[in-house]
Amino acid sequence: MVRKRARRGRPVGSDEADHDLAIQTHGLTKAYGDLVAVDNLNLSIRAGEVFGLLGPNGAGKTTTILMLLGLSEPTRGRAEVVGFDPTRQPLEVKRRVGYLPDDVGFYAELTGRQNLRYTAALNGIERRAANDRIGQLLEQVGLADAADRRVEQYSRGMRQRLGLADAMVKDPSVMILDEPTASIDPAGVTDVLALIQALARDNGVTVLLSSHLLHQVHQVCDRVAIFNAGRILAQGRMAQLAEQLAGDQLELEVGLEGPADQVEAALRAVTGVTDVRRDPRDPSLWHVTGPQSIRGHLAGDLAARGLSVRHLRRVGDELDEIYQRYFTREADRGHAA
Amino acid sequence: MATPPDALVLVDPGVVRATPSKPPRFGWQVVASKEFSDGILSVRLFILIALLGLAAIGAVYSTASYVGNNAQLATGASGLFVLLFSHQAAGSQVPSFAALVGLLGPLLGIAFGFDAINGERSERTLPRLVAQPIHRDAVIIGKFAAGLAVIGLVLLAITLIVSGVAFLVLGVSPSPDDLARLAAWFVVALAYLGFWLAFAMLCSVVVRRAATSALAAIALWIVLTIFAALLVGIVASYLAPVPANATVDQQIANTELQLDLARVSPGTLYSEAAAYLLDPTVQTVGIVPVAQQSDNRAIPSILPIDQSLLLAWPQVVALVALTVVCFGLGYIAFMRQEVRA
Repeated sequence: MVRKRARRGRPVGSDEADHDLAIQTHGLTKAYGDLVAVDNLNLSIRAGEVFGLLGPNGAGKTTTILMLLGLSEPTRGRAEVVGFDPTRQPLEVKRRVGYLPDDVGFYAELTGRQNLRYTAALNGIERRAANDRIGQLLEQVGLADAADRRVEQYSRGMRQRLGLADAMVKDPSVMILDEPTASIDPAGVTDVLALIQALARDNGVTVLLSSHLLHQVHQVCDRVAIFNAGRILAQGRMAQLAEQLAGDQLELEVGLEGPADQVEAALRAVTGVTDVRRDPRDPSLWHVTGPQSIRGHLAGDLAARGLSVRHLRRVGDELDEIYQRYFTREADRGHAA
Repeated sequence: MATPPDALVLVDPGVVRATPSKPPRFGWQVVASKEFSDGILSVRLFILIALLGLAAIGAVYSTASYVGNNAQLATGASGLFVLLFSHQAAGSQVPSFAALVGLLGPLLGIAFGFDAINGERSERTLPRLVAQPIHRDAVIIGKFAAGLAVIGLVLLAITLIVSGVAFLVLGVSPSPDDLARLAAWFVVALAYLGFWLAFAMLCSVVVRRAATSALAAIALWIVLTIFAALLVGIVASYLAPVPANATVDQQIANTELQLDLARVSPGTLYSEAAAYLLDPTVQTVGIVPVAQQSDNRAIPSILPIDQSLLLAWPQVVALVALTVVCFGLGYIAFMRQEVRA
């Protein structure tokens, strides 16, 4: 009995839980007239993981989220959230899913605590239990001191943290966070992300978060789906996505000291290298292109020629570059078609 | 029991878990109680109480002093107390209290309804609200119920203040019949204000900006109070023309048409019902041909309250129907709207 409860509390890492899907969609589609906002979406999010839904503004992220909450009806397809169909049993879903909307708002004339009390009352939580829980949540999100100030005096970051506490009031098993880091300052972003991670870990909550800023959220996501124009372009762990995209071609940034012509000749002599360019800004940096295999022997080959590599970095590994390339590639395809 | 201790991965005891959320059976009640306390504490409530209270006291004071100076009106008349609410002093510019409610009451309904839904949108609280385990209609039902309760409270407070003033100035105390009439009038007045609340809420659903929605509601209020008589006259003279040498029948047809057209307006329905209920001598608000009047020879008699209620019934039903239609339209529009703007 105890064991079962404990499992439910912390499904992360348990093999059993890995097969437990918190959210899944099958061919989920939403069309507004001719405009297809979400196109045949198939997602499966495991219980206990932090899943990132990434894509530019207008990609259909919010529409997807609203369908998952039963706040918008899908045109085709279906979803299942914590075992319920949001279209048919919206209350069952909303009872178990905490939601932080994009650009969350609160009743400005009420205090932070009063706002959370209203949410608790709407969830039918008994008053005393609600007060205890709200006190603790406000502590967790670092708003204990500001709890009894009116929300109109809150900063953007504070509102966002209050929003997280608000989504947690009902003790959800899934949290859906729409753009949790949008339009708050960098320090605030770090705070909020750390908070999301802590909340997910400490409470064993599955988190689905959407963002248009990949570099901000990738650290906290177990898996991501890259989403554009209503369709998923790629799905998986960050590292997998990078490999999927890079293909066989590899570009390395190599830092070498020595006379330019000698260095260039040495680099060109390395087996497999197809192109060598000198960095326009830093003359000691060289860009070398070739198949994946060159990574293994490049440094050794250069050392054999008496050149010591002072710096070696793979170009294009930055997440934003990956992300950018997904969209450009998609756009190219669009052009070709 | 036999479970090895290392398998006991308990939930952190420091984490307060909310008791298994049992959503409220009636989500609208939660919404209503929040909205009610907001309304009771709002600045607009105090402004409206001050405005309407002062106007009402003025109205009753004027009527009361008129009645006091015309003793014959007061001698032995039953229903004197309610007359204080419905009688306009002859030659006075100040309307009676009942007429005042008809005139300014809509403001009360508009004030508590014009930003009901679009306010939640512009404050961006609507997505959070509808993501809670309540049906979506709980939002609009709760807001309407709370608005009606606040308006009822304001109306009650003003009626009581006015009764107090009447009592002080004239020293007339209400009879049970007076109280019953006043209670019936109160219900009718509340239905009338309910119509304006429902209409303002309909505007708040359909119109995205609170200011525009307030303007739309106020526009209808002004059209109905100021221009309605004018419009009704124009339409009636087009449909039932009264030529220079018009027969009596033509004139009656025109007047009756005007009356019927005017009854589309909730203001007319309210004032007719209020006239029946607050003045026991009123037996009709329609046209009474002179011939019939002299034939009748009836001494202006005092109707018992049940007869007055019977007379006011069609107006009351029509008023409630208008309110229900308005609320229904707002309800449907709200249920069909996307959560996201």
